Amino acid sequence: MKFIFTRDTWQEIFGTIRKNKLRTAITIIGVFWGILLFVGLQGAAKGMENGFDSTFKDLATNSMFLWSEQTGMPYGGYNRNRRVNLEVSDTYRIANQVEGVQFVAPRNAKGVFGDAPPLVINEVKSGNYKVFGDYPIIDKVSRKKLRKGRFLNHKDIQDSHKICVIGERIEKELFEKDEDPIGQYIKISNIYFQVVGVYKRNNTDFFEGDDSIFIPFTTFKKVYNTGNRIGWMLIAGYPKEDIVAIEEKAKTLLKRRYTVHPNDERAFRAFNFGEMFGKITGFVKGLKFTALIVGIATILAGVIAIGNILLITVKERTKEIGIRRALGAKPNEIRGQIILESVFLTLVAGLLGMTVGGLLLQALNTYTKGLDFPFINPTVSLEYIGFAIAIMVILGTLIGLIPAQRAVSIRPIEALREE
Amino acid sequence: MIQIKELHKSYRMGSNSLHVLKGINLDIKEGEFVSIMGSSGSGKSTLLNIIGMLDEADKGSYVLDNVPIKNLSEKKAAIYRNKFLGFIFQSFNLINYKDAAENVALPLYYQGISRKIRKEKALYYLEKVGLADWAHHLPSELSGGQKQRVAIARALASEPKVLLADEPTGALDTKTSYEVMNFLQGINDEGKTILVVTHEEDIANMTKRIVMLKDGVIEKDSFVEQVRASEHV
Repeated sequence: MKFIFTRDTWQEIFGTIRKNKLRTAITIIGVFWGILLFVGLQGAAKGMENGFDSTFKDLATNSMFLWSEQTGMPYGGYNRNRRVNLEVSDTYRIANQVEGVQFVAPRNAKGVFGDAPPLVINEVKSGNYKVFGDYPIIDKVSRKKLRKGRFLNHKDIQDSHKICVIGERIEKELFEKDEDPIGQYIKISNIYFQVVGVYKRNNTDFFEGDDSIFIPFTTFKKVYNTGNRIGWMLIAGYPKEDIVAIEEKAKTLLKRRYTVHPNDERAFRAFNFGEMFGKITGFVKGLKFTALIVGIATILAGVIAIGNILLITVKERTKEIGIRRALGAKPNEIRGQIILESVFLTLVAGLLGMTVGGLLLQALNTYTKGLDFPFINPTVSLEYIGFAIAIMVILGTLIGLIPAQRAVSIRPIEALREE
Repeated sequence: MIQIKELHKSYRMGSNSLHVLKGINLDIKEGEFVSIMGSSGSGKSTLLNIIGMLDEADKGSYVLDNVPIKNLSEKKAAIYRNKFLGFIFQSFNLINYKDAAENVALPLYYQGISRKIRKEKALYYLEKVGLADWAHHLPSELSGGQKQRVAIARALASEPKVLLADEPTGALDTKTSYEVMNFLQGINDEGKTILVVTHEEDIANMTKRIVMLKDGVIEKDSFVEQVRASEHV
């Protein structure tokens, strides 16, 4: 083992490598490529994961929207195509009777589902914008980034305050540049509302964009005369609860209450963030796993390529090895030299691949920064790097053993006879 | 220095075996300059390979410098080769990507001698064969005679007991051949034991003893009046 650390051994190896540049270059390309792919794929998968994480970080992922449409089956004496309307009381029922539900918030909206958005006027400026009647709790599910002021609060609901939170774009369109909208009054559907907050566009908005207005749910009810009807509701489960099961239970409860056929899939619809998020998480997991398998396979192929070329090299160097042995090289010295050559080339190729892979990921990160693409901070963890290095050294040694054994099995007399 | 008794060697060639050496008896003392002659197929190269521990005899005994050479492991054979023997080949057998000095230093590397001393010794022996100025040239940049002189320097570098030369002038023209023999004679004059395999009579006459091999047995073994190569150069 001592010979690994002596300068002479390495001088011999470097001498051989330096004087056979083309052979060396061809040899390391295999492993270089393998590691490059390994690092590239792992990093890209990680970048995707980070990208999705960042996209969903402002969203309570264990939640859903639930709304009603027309029935799809006749049931209990009713015809099909009956319009079902959700009511405020349904939210309490679901909150109280369905297990695992953290909270339920009803929502109403104008200008979202095909109806005309209300006219909003600030003195001489005006525009048509979506208006949502909301509970403050909506902020827990789809977090609003407030640029100025505050969001709706419980007191607003209780007293049906005529206040509103507006989007950035509305601020730009209805107010002067240097004007502070907070505290000012705008006219929504002919009623004056005081602006209390301005929110910024979010990654995960579904309806709001940056041109919506939030008013208290209770105020909305009075202004638009919605009575007990609600447009849809937001149901959030506790973090560990199965949101898909909650969806089923909530629907079953509603079907029973509105006398809808148990198998009717059309009456109540839901958009389940948890389910979607689960699919994406699964996708990312699959991606990472595939990247791992493909990466390992390519490293393997690369190492085998090194072994292959070393084997050819041994054939080519038969005479040299014969000379060395005639001059007194012990079989172990020949063996050691070839294995070390193999391991050294594998490592150099690997480190090169990691460096280039890292640079590539960095370039990719810079390139995708401005784009609307879930790709952030592609990195490869140290464990993976260590794992790859370990694989390379072990395989490099094992694969080096084959040509090394061949080299010493040729008797010096035969090697020298070869012309 | 070398005692060989009843040495037999046969090669298997497919189904029939070829009896190459049929009982060789040879006794070479220190400081001798012996040439082994014979037509091709007489077994002279086989004998040299056995003496050089590159090959092993089937039967008989071989003692080198009072060490019986028998059933050696590859490792032991490598150590003995390195310690006792210096090889000179017909095709020089230099390593083509190493320069002259590195080639000469190679047997010293396998002796575990430090780099600095290796370098010094390599230059010393290159100087001895008159190639000090060519120390950093690759074999491809040297002429045949120069290559063989580098090979002689390499064989000498490990300070062996016996020099073994297999047709050392086989690939050289007459003038260069005599130059090489001149070197070998000089080395022999200093007391080194040298064994040369050749089929050229003039080369053999430049040694001190000629062993004629024919069909695997020694036909004639006689001491001769040495012709000094310097007279012909």
